[in-house]
Amino acid sequence: MTGGASTAIVTITENYYLILAALLFGIGAVGLLVRRNVLVMFMCVELMLNGANLTFVTFADSLNDVGGQSVVFFTLVVAAAEVAIGLAIIVAIFRRRGGATADDLDLMKG
Amino acid sequence: MEAVIFFIFAATALVGALGVVLAKNPVHSALFLIITLVSVAIFFVLRDAPLLAAVQVIVYAGAIVVLFLFVIMLLGVDRSETLSDPLPFQRPIAILLGVFVVVEIVLLAGRTWSTGARSVRGEIGSTENNVETVARSLFTDFLWPFEITAGLLVIAVVGGVVLARRSGQRPGVSNAGKAELEQEETTS
Repeated sequence: MTGGASTAIVTITENYYLILAALLFGIGAVGLLVRRNVLVMFMCVELMLNGANLTFVTFADSLNDVGGQSVVFFTLVVAAAEVAIGLAIIVAIFRRRGGATADDLDLMKG
Repeated sequence: MEAVIFFIFAATALVGALGVVLAKNPVHSALFLIITLVSVAIFFVLRDAPLLAAVQVIVYAGAIVVLFLFVIMLLGVDRSETLSDPLPFQRPIAILLGVFVVVEIVLLAGRTWSTGARSVRGEIGSTENNVETVARSLFTDFLWPFEITAGLLVIAVVGGVVLARRSGQRPGVSNAGKAELEQEETTS
């Protein structure tokens, strides 16, 4: 995927963007599962949202339909609301339990 | 030209994404996230969505990441997390699942897509500019979701205020006053 840009003129089709979006989504998903810090897990959720947004914009362009771009608008709003609420929850957890990693949230351990 | 720009910023986007996951310090993760967000904004420009590129930079890189940094500094969690995992089998399974997801989506992206009747929400390449096109779509076809979005934001603001308050604190009562009140309640 990295080669060929300098040797020949590569036409960038929509598949390039879709694969890049898939890679962003996958890296975000792995990070969400691997990392223990809740803040970094939130950032990985943002990565996944960005992958989905890139897919929406790519299809909006290739299908020549502005609906995809409108949906990305709503995704941005939901992401902003999610971050505001999520960070407030993290602050509340940190005050109550003295830590902000996923391992501190073991109240439901059986 | 588009190919050169694409490959340069694809590389920066992937480096930023890997940096978010691999950086030990959450502050570094947030800064790597900015790299990825700006790269994705450039892809939005390449795909004829300049309004969304501007919104991406302003809202994501300007507001959301700053909010992350505020919380990191407020909590002082910028020390590196412990590397010992209480569930040691979880990490390889997570990586395996991530690779599986990526391979699946890439295989799907290589196929031909189903075609059918296009929707009529407005053409991107029409004569009017991008802002007008998106605005017409938002205020006609997506009017009802747009109104619900306002409700969502109000709920998020109220919820943020409620959650960030110290629990049980009455408005207008300082910490010292709260301690005195609790003492009075326990003694009486």
